[in-house]
Amino acid sequence: MLLELNDITKKFGEAEVLKGINLPLEAGEIRGLVGENGAGKSTTMNILGGIHPPSSGSMRLNGAVFAPQSPTDSLAAGIAFIHQELNLFPNLSILENLFLSHFPQKKILGIPVIDRQAARQQAQKLLQQVALDLNPATLVEELTPAQRQLLEIAKALSANPRIIIFDEPTTSLTSHETRKLFDLMARLKADNIAMIYISHNLQDVMHLCDHISVLRDGRLISDYNQAAGYHLPTIINDMVGRDIEQFFPDRNTAPGTETLLEVKSMHAEGVVHDISFTVKKKEILGFYGLVGAGRSEMARIIYGLDAFASGALYWKQQPISAPTPARWINKRVAFLTEDRREEGLLLAQPIGKNIALASLRRFVQSPLRWVARQPLQAAVSEQAEATKIKYHSLTTQPVATLSGGNQQKVVLAKWLMTKPELLIMDEPTKGIDINAKHEIYKLIHQLTEQGAGVLLISSEIEELLGLCDRILVMKQGRISAGFSKAEFDRSALLEAALHTEKQGSL
Amino acid sequence: MKTDISQAGNKLLDHSTIVLFSIILITFSVLSPQFFSLQNFINVLIQASSLAIVATGMTFVLLTAGIDLSVGSIMFVAGVVSGKMVDSGTSLGVACLVVVGVGIGYGLLNAIFIYRFKVIPFIVTLATLYVGRGFGLYLSDTRAINLPENFLSIGSARLLGIPFPIIVLGVVVTVAHLVLTRTVFGRQVYAVGNHAEKARKAGLKVNRILLSVYVICGCCAAIGGLVAMAQLGAISPSFGSQSEFMAIAAAVLGGTSLFGGKGQVFPGTLIGAITIQALQSGLVIVNADPYLYPLITGSVIFLIVLIDSFRHKEQIRRRRIKKVA
Repeated sequence: MLLELNDITKKFGEAEVLKGINLPLEAGEIRGLVGENGAGKSTTMNILGGIHPPSSGSMRLNGAVFAPQSPTDSLAAGIAFIHQELNLFPNLSILENLFLSHFPQKKILGIPVIDRQAARQQAQKLLQQVALDLNPATLVEELTPAQRQLLEIAKALSANPRIIIFDEPTTSLTSHETRKLFDLMARLKADNIAMIYISHNLQDVMHLCDHISVLRDGRLISDYNQAAGYHLPTIINDMVGRDIEQFFPDRNTAPGTETLLEVKSMHAEGVVHDISFTVKKKEILGFYGLVGAGRSEMARIIYGLDAFASGALYWKQQPISAPTPARWINKRVAFLTEDRREEGLLLAQPIGKNIALASLRRFVQSPLRWVARQPLQAAVSEQAEATKIKYHSLTTQPVATLSGGNQQKVVLAKWLMTKPELLIMDEPTKGIDINAKHEIYKLIHQLTEQGAGVLLISSEIEELLGLCDRILVMKQGRISAGFSKAEFDRSALLEAALHTEKQGSL
Repeated sequence: MKTDISQAGNKLLDHSTIVLFSIILITFSVLSPQFFSLQNFINVLIQASSLAIVATGMTFVLLTAGIDLSVGSIMFVAGVVSGKMVDSGTSLGVACLVVVGVGIGYGLLNAIFIYRFKVIPFIVTLATLYVGRGFGLYLSDTRAINLPENFLSIGSARLLGIPFPIIVLGVVVTVAHLVLTRTVFGRQVYAVGNHAEKARKAGLKVNRILLSVYVICGCCAAIGGLVAMAQLGAISPSFGSQSEFMAIAAAVLGGTSLFGGKGQVFPGTLIGAITIQALQSGLVIVNADPYLYPLITGSVIFLIVLIDSFRHKEQIRRRRIKKVA
């Protein structure tokens, strides 16, 4: 047994986050760790990674007691942790990121300086291991998300780890890049490195892992192994603690005939080309494509966050010559951005303030334009209830203290409170748990029932197939295909999104 | 055609330091032949050396996304202490060491408040700016301290024909440049400046790095003060005041970002300091109205900060497009 967690518990103040976790790990094994957000996956791994000490319980590594005091201790013991949010410095080079805490050094006149030649050689070797064909002097800010992910793995490998923890490594990767990552993991496995793989993508976990441990509410609920076969509904059941009889709720409405948004031949050099489409009342229009296909960029341009060179926008047949977010908000068009932490929330501010932000204008009283506090607060708490945010205080609790799913619900509540006629959503369920996803889907449906249209950008085919009336696929800045509900076909969607010209490399 | 122009614009932004430097050089050379002479260039370099040394220390702090407003007071306090000591018969060598010691101590004080008590650098150093100035005024009875002849003789001394201030400048800039580019500490400074929390997660000793940059800044400020004292021969009650402004301007003009993580001492900050000094010397040589100096210098500094923010906007925009292409 390489690693053993025995009855690990963890309390943060009053809250008991882990209630006795037992977890074995063998060398050369890939163990999947699944559970909803807040189930305790991250806390367990943070204890293993030396970020937090356990409240009780013990760990054994190679039979010896293992009690790391810091991430450095864990790393020294051969445990590398690849966090979901990559820990890279874009202003430094690949090489510097690889060796930041342990540069090879030499002495000149007794003064220790970086041994650049040795560093370069070691860097090249590491980059080769992860099949990253780049000059080590390249600045990280010039790398794609996938290249950064591989660099993070190379960084982990530089410490010669025996165990690597992957926390949601595929969220920013395309399917092609994900496959490359899995190939790499297979090679590491062959080198007898043990891996713990945390992901919300259960298909990936089942495909990849020798064992799957399911966590729920700080407890280890079940343990499955690949040899015995996995059963997806059972795993989901274990995760949520109840049957999700129906993951995608039923639609009670059909798209209307009145056109809300019309985009005509929109073009921005190097970003999007010849984009034309319409969104109708009560319609959910999906946008599928690989990361970097230009979907988010298109949404940003429509919303007036970025400029476009030519083309036209119409809102209910009226031309919109110079779109700005303020104008769109006035017309009750909302945009839920992909990066909720950076662009969607004031993280340090209370939940209530965040929800109120886009609707303040509706609550001002003339002539001094003071905000009417009472009605605003009433409306905010009503919206928070309707959106099912889990909180203890709207007025004092900062958004940063909420889980990812609840943070997303806050962003959603903010926009729903503006009573939008069109809601543009960019990856609304990225990195959030199944229950929260389900609730967000229901809210989307409610919105369309009230007559609004939805433009939904997503990288999850399932989600689009389950929710949308129509799906457009983007590839390299262009709309490459369109599907109506009757024509929905998973492989056709994927094909339309993939780069066809490099058949050889796939 | 349009892209040609915007590409040229990007290039211009990337090299704004050199462009501005050249503009000032050419303008004054055209206005006055006296400006365009080797002797004047050497003079500019000598006069710029104090500022450049202070700005070098400031660059370390700015790279960590911090700021040190107290450098002028450090120069003053260190100067007053050493001036008093020399007056009462202490040898020059000891006095110089004391100056550096005061600078280091002052920097340490700043650092302790910043990382130990978690007060933001702007507030801490704003407070120590005033406390330091007050302390110096108290020590000197708000009177100017005249330094003995031998102090002045350092200012005009030469080694191998090279003026002393330029030698000190050369040593400080060379050491600082090598530390930033060739040592582990130097590269980690850039990491901390990019994201302190990430740096902590990456196992860097962030507190130690922050402490070091404020100590380095204090030390450089004291050395810069020493060089200025040796040239002036006296310490007036306003000695060093507003140096923080010039030092920050020199660093930013040299391409160091106020947002941290970007910049370099050589050539960046050095050229920045020389540019500012060339501007001031040039104004003197062309007999500009002295009341206009602050206006003109201020405008140039404003322009620099404006360019810095443009540069950032450009970087952000270019990155987004790259992602798609």
